[in-house]
This record gives sequence, C-alpha cells and structure tokens, in this order.
Amino acid sequence: MIFNEEFETLPRAALEAIQLRRLRALVDRVYALVPAYRQKFEAAGVRPEDIQTLKDLQRLPFTTKQDLRDNYPFGMFAVPMEQVVRIHASSGTTGKPTVVGYTLRDIQTWSELVARSLAAAGVHRHDIIHNAYGYGLFTGGLGFHYGVERLGASVIPVSGGNTRRQIMLLQDFGPTVLTCTPSFALHLSDVAQDLGLNFQDFKLRVGIFGAEPWSEAMRQEIEKKLGLDALDVYGLSEVMGPGVSVECQEAKQGLHIAEDHFIAEIIDPHTLEVLPYGQTGELVITTLTKEAFPVIRYRTRDISSLNPEPCKCGRNLVRMTRLSGRTDDMIIVRGVNVFPSQIEAVLMEVRGLAPHYQLIVDRLNQMDTLEVQVEVDEATFSDEVRKMQQLEKGIEKNIKDYLGVSAKVRLVEPRSIPRSEGKAQRVIDRRQI
Amino acid sequence: MKVKQLSVFLENKAGRLAEVTKVLGDAGINIRALSLADTTDFGILRLIVDQYDQATQVLKQHGFTVGRTEVVALEVPDRPGGLASVLQILSASQINVEYMYAFVHHSGKNAVIIFRFNNLDRAIELLQQQGVHIFKGQEVYRL
Repeated sequence: MIFNEEFETLPRAALEAIQLRRLRALVDRVYALVPAYRQKFEAAGVRPEDIQTLKDLQRLPFTTKQDLRDNYPFGMFAVPMEQVVRIHASSGTTGKPTVVGYTLRDIQTWSELVARSLAAAGVHRHDIIHNAYGYGLFTGGLGFHYGVERLGASVIPVSGGNTRRQIMLLQDFGPTVLTCTPSFALHLSDVAQDLGLNFQDFKLRVGIFGAEPWSEAMRQEIEKKLGLDALDVYGLSEVMGPGVSVECQEAKQGLHIAEDHFIAEIIDPHTLEVLPYGQTGELVITTLTKEAFPVIRYRTRDISSLNPEPCKCGRNLVRMTRLSGRTDDMIIVRGVNVFPSQIEAVLMEVRGLAPHYQLIVDRLNQMDTLEVQVEVDEATFSDEVRKMQQLEKGIEKNIKDYLGVSAKVRLVEPRSIPRSEGKAQRVIDRRQI
Repeated sequence: MKVKQLSVFLENKAGRLAEVTKVLGDAGINIRALSLADTTDFGILRLIVDQYDQATQVLKQHGFTVGRTEVVALEVPDRPGGLASVLQILSASQINVEYMYAFVHHSGKNAVIIFRFNNLDRAIELLQQQGVHIFKGQEVYRL
C-alpha cells in the first residue's frame, strides 16, 4: 500500500525539481543560521549560490559525527530553541551522545515518513502494533509511535525489556504487527518457546525490524520462527530516525528512500569520491526538509548501494540495499576486512544454528585472533563429541573459504551471549593497538 | 529394550555441572548413571534419570540445551573377559560403539553398562541372539 501516492510515485524529473528547490533553500538557510556550516562551506570555498543543479551537491563538504560532537549539544541546530519541541540523542560509542532536535513540523514530517514505511510494509489502519523499540532518547520507540498514530492504526507502546511481560501482551492483546530490532525479535521467540508458546499461534503477520544490520538469512529465520513477513526499515537519529527508507512488502528488494525529504549518495569511504549507482560504499544523506536539525552530506558509516530501477510496488524512489555493515563495525583481522554480517551469513548456512553470535578479536604474540562464539541450540546439539567438533570445524572452514580469514569457533550455551534490547553488540575488540 | 538418555551441553565454566545436578536434585530427580565427555571448550553430560520427562522439562526451564538419545543397558558378566565377550559379538558385525559408560548401581554379580551404537536396532538383535541380557527402560530407571 502507498501512503502518499502523490510524492512516492512522482516522475523522476518532477522529484528532482522538488529536490533541487529544497536543497537550495536548505543551503541558504544553514549558511545563514548555523555558524559551523558557514565555516565548513567557507573552508571548502563554496557559497550557497554555487548550488545550481543537484550535481552541485557534491561541492559541499561532508558532515561527520565528529562535527556533531564538536558542536555538542545544540550547536548545529538551525532554529532557536523556542521552536524545538523535541530532543533525541543517540548513545555515542565514546564520550558524549549526539543530540538532535525537532520542530513541530519536523515531528509531523517524521510521523508521515514512518506512516509511509508502515504502509509500505503492508500495515493498515485496523492493525495493532506492538512497538518494542525503546522509548526515550533513542528515536526508535517514539518514531514508530507517532507514525502508527499518523497512519491511524493502534500502537501498544511496550518499549524494550521485560520480555516475559511482552510475550503475555503478544498473546493477550493479539497485535498483528511487531516493531523492534531483529535480534530482539528472535529473543522474544526464544523466550516464548521456553514458556511453551509458539509465535505461529499469535496473530502477528508483519514485523518491521531495524536499528541494526541483519542478513537475508536472518530474515528467513525470523519469518520461519515468528510466522510473519519481516521487513527492513532504516533510519538514524542524526538524519531523522526510523522511516528514512523501508522495504516494500511487494518486492522485499531494497529499501525505498523517501527522496522528497532526503538525498542519498554512496561514497568510497577512503577517497570520498561519489560512486555510481550499483556500487557499494558508505551511505551519505542530506536532509531536504528538516528544520531544527538539518544535515548536509552526513556520513552515516553504513555500507550500502543504490538502485534506481522502478519497483513493482509502484514507487519510483531509489532503493538502498540492505546494510552490509558499518564502516566502523568492520574489523580488520590480520589485514582482512570482516563484517559481522558476513560471519552471520556463514553461520546461518548451518541448519538450525541460532543467529546469536559474537566476535571476539584479540591480539596474541602480535597476531590478531578472531574467535566466533555461537550459541548451540537443540537443533544443532548432539550428544556425540565428534559431531559437535565437526560442527565447529565446518564453520571454521566456511569462514576461511568465504572470508579468507582463520577463526576459532567456540560453541557456547544458549543465552550466554548477552542480549541487548537495542543494537546487538556483535564485536568485542580486546586488542590493545 | 531401549533406554532414554538425556544429554546436556555445558560450556567449560566453573560450576556448570554443579548447577545441572542441583536443578535435578531440587526437582527430586535421581541420577541413575552419567558420563561427561569433554573437550577444551565444552562438555557433554549424558544422564540416565528416574524421571526422564520431568528432568528434560526442568533442565529446559533453566535454560540448558537438552538432547535425547536412545541407548541400551547391557548386563555384562563381572569377571575378566566379560566386556570383551560382549564387544566381540558386535565387532564381528561391524557395529561401532559410539560411547559407553558404566552404571552407578550393581545388579547382583554382574555390571550394567550403557552403550550407544551406530546401529542400535541391529546391535540389539545380535545381542539378543547371543543371549546377552538387555535391560528394559523401566527396569533401568528403577534399578
């Protein structure tokens, strides 16, 4: 279903005309109102009037997480505080969080984009949404909450945590849609199983999962275990929150970017060159309509590629491929780039293996070591040592074959890898470099 | 003829074995026989208990991965060459012992040994033909 037929199916030329008009207004505004942007533009020798075509976007400097940190907390806001109606923040891996603000119109835009995402995933007004994204500074919970209300469906603001109570609500309230991180979805299904309950008996039919990269294999696992259509949603607080892009239920092939509100580019993270459609690199996003906290060419650190082909769902919007990791999630082990999602894909090839895993990187005698801890479940467990060792060796061989890196696989007990209710921590790097 | 055996996956961490036995003990379950196979990283605990279904349930409730295997319990003469005579019957027919362990309890003059074979049904048939005493499941749980 298409929520906003007019904007989601605009012919390319009309869409680009809107983008250019909005981009030029944005550049004028941040240049006038945000000293940090003015300084960056001046350092790059570019002025607002230089932006004549969409391609001129490439003349503008990138914005990075460091820029946001340098202007902590409100230095990059483009409106006075009395116009800001909401603050969100993302936990930084180091030091201070990244703080973002929204005007009333920003909240309305965001709500509409989440409503569009829900509609793309096949959610209707009569659906009940069990929203298990965390409520609070994190954009997931409130972002979905407002989107559901905008769509006119019913939202259950469960937030994260208290898994057993969540199972009870899933059973008693009969929600038809689940929104949370993909790892939490699997965690819910595990806990339900422990309680002797089967997700297939619940009324859920759609799951909209995001906030962490996940693989196609994990989608299949979730769909099988939870008995629903699992769709990927993308967003980040620096750009807006969930709803920047979403998969459609019709194709499940790439996430449609709301291009009337954002311009996406893919760059080579090393040379910073803009890459053509189809090539994989770092996703860079410019917000076109944000008032309180616009960003110009924000480097997301997420790895993706763009596909301009029209989709069978009827949208003309560019699609981004599912994230294959993050530039800063990537680990380099003995010179080999390793993304947790690649390891995940190898693990998921083994029938019945639980997708709960963790990578431990360490350095022993100047040599990097990679240990892959993966949980054993009933499907993979055997009472014969030989079979369990074959399982370990088999995975090690596949990792070596597919990724070109030697890893030690260690089978661990179920639930021994910590579950996060936000983003799963896939990598523990103990190297002292 | 077959005996139900539980197996539990254990990481090599202090206290895990104690936890399994405590969970069973608290549930009033008696362990009839057990063996622990271990590697550097993990161990596999194999158990025969008096209340199989209840043991499986409480272990699962406590988050353990529980497997189920069928094994046979044989009466082996408690004298030199006793075990050899039983194994001879099987090796002559190319049946491999995956693992075996002795029962905690003695039954009369003979030992009770638990076996896992690669071909359980064929092994049972051969042993019966040769007159080896195979315990019934119910007998073992109550021994």
